Amino acid sequence: MSKTIVKIENVGQTFDTKNGTFTALRDIHLEIKEGEVISLIGHSGCGKSTLLNLIAGLTLPTSGVLICDGREIAGPGPDRAVVFQNHSLLPWLSCFENVYLAVERVFGAKEKKEKLKARTVDALKMVRMDHAMDKLPHEVSGGMKQRVGIARAFAMEPKILLMDEPFGALDALTRASLQDELMRVMSETGATVVMVTHDVDEAVLLSDCIVMMTNGPAATIGQIEAVDLPWPRDRLDLVEKPEFAKYRAAVVEFLHRKQLKKAA
Amino acid sequence: MSALPVDETVEACAAAAAKPVELVEKIAPPPMPNRRRAVLRKLFMTVIPPLLGLGLLLLVWQLISTKGGGSIPSPAVTWKSAVELFADPFYSNGPNDQGIGWNILSSLQRVAIGFGIAAAVGIPFGFLLGRFKFASAMFDPLISLLRPVSPLAWLPIGLLVFKKADPAATWTIFICSIWPMILNTAEGVRRVPQDYLNVARVLNLPEMKVVTKILFPAVLPYMLTGIRLSIGTAWLVIVAAEMLTGGVGIGFWVWDEWNNLKVEHIIIAIFVIGVVGLLLEQCLLLLAKRFSYETR
Repeated sequence: MSKTIVKIENVGQTFDTKNGTFTALRDIHLEIKEGEVISLIGHSGCGKSTLLNLIAGLTLPTSGVLICDGREIAGPGPDRAVVFQNHSLLPWLSCFENVYLAVERVFGAKEKKEKLKARTVDALKMVRMDHAMDKLPHEVSGGMKQRVGIARAFAMEPKILLMDEPFGALDALTRASLQDELMRVMSETGATVVMVTHDVDEAVLLSDCIVMMTNGPAATIGQIEAVDLPWPRDRLDLVEKPEFAKYRAAVVEFLHRKQLKKAA
Repeated sequence: MSALPVDETVEACAAAAAKPVELVEKIAPPPMPNRRRAVLRKLFMTVIPPLLGLGLLLLVWQLISTKGGGSIPSPAVTWKSAVELFADPFYSNGPNDQGIGWNILSSLQRVAIGFGIAAAVGIPFGFLLGRFKFASAMFDPLISLLRPVSPLAWLPIGLLVFKKADPAATWTIFICSIWPMILNTAEGVRRVPQDYLNVARVLNLPEMKVVTKILFPAVLPYMLTGIRLSIGTAWLVIVAAEMLTGGVGIGFWVWDEWNNLKVEHIIIAIFVIGVVGLLLEQCLLLLAKRFSYETR
């Protein structure tokens, strides 16, 4: 039985708007175990990014409590690294410097400069970006930027890695190759990951567990599907497996029959 | 189109396709001269129109000077006078008779001092206004009230406080250049993308690192725009301020030459002021380009 990294208890989130209080999330209960890869899936506006921001600590819940490694989440911190949808690299720093900034922050107090540099290079090597270390973000492609974003998050060796539609802004081919890279990196590091996605195939391919959210407002967890496919996974093999089709069908069924969007 | 019989269309197409091929074969210029021609054309387009514009200016000027009964000196007379003037730009016969070089330099010095103090005060102040809503709510109305005032209106206050003409002129430069710097810096700070600040929050960066690694680089382009606008206004204002305060300076020189009725010197001064302003602007554009992370 592996250790629980994040525990979400009875969490709700409301926002004050001009037209009164808006309930985004209610009654969220979730436990995330060490080494698990979890996908949050749902229609747009269902609060999946809100939930991710709550785990990241970028926003605080209006009710309930989130616990990370035995301590209540009271704000953002480097133990919960975030891969943002639009990569969020600082455009005036090179790819190396962008990762180094994070590495220095996390390990700078204990380790020497050489070690920090080696960590940075290793992280960039892991996502195959060591050839473009000294380039500025605007000099590399969108997929490459996201690789650096992923390297930055992994380099921090976080307790949990949060990804907000990490491949949402990429074209289908780039997305597929980055998903393969991510699977490799996840199995190499054994990272605990929570990933927001709206891509059913991505959810089944990458995760151990798919958390499906009901439509907002007042969204909550509608169904949880454990994906019991062996690692390492290969997208070509999986397509032919009946289990893959079964999981895929379960998610599609949930999204398009039970939670059909009224005016989409 | 659709009424055309099929075989005719095909023929027409074939003919159309055959023609250019023939032409190419006959003329077939080697690729290099073609390229050279394109370069020449580009050169022509960048050089000829400005020269034509300048020519038109000279023509109009000449016309006005001949029709105006000699009160406006002709381009030729002005040119001769300019050659004399620039033969010895750095002579000095007492405080009221100095070479044009000294006049320009002392104007530039006033601009530099007034502008420098304005930057030292305005940029940190802009950061403050951009970062803290309370500060901006407190000072924005005051800035809106004071910004439209001509800086020359502040000149008497400067004279009163400093009791001397020179610091009073510098004071007006300070006043006119501080507004664009405050406002642009504040706007830059407000526009730092939330994503970058989220990165800082996730990394839990200390405030010093946030300023040096995120805020300052993100705000720099806005700051440089503010600086460029300030320098432009400062150079506009210094001429007027010096006309009022006297002493050595390009503005005072214009006024002095008006009193001497040397109109050709006034025209020369207009060109000199224009050229210096242009150079200042270009220097700052170069600087902005150097610090822009998009074009570096």
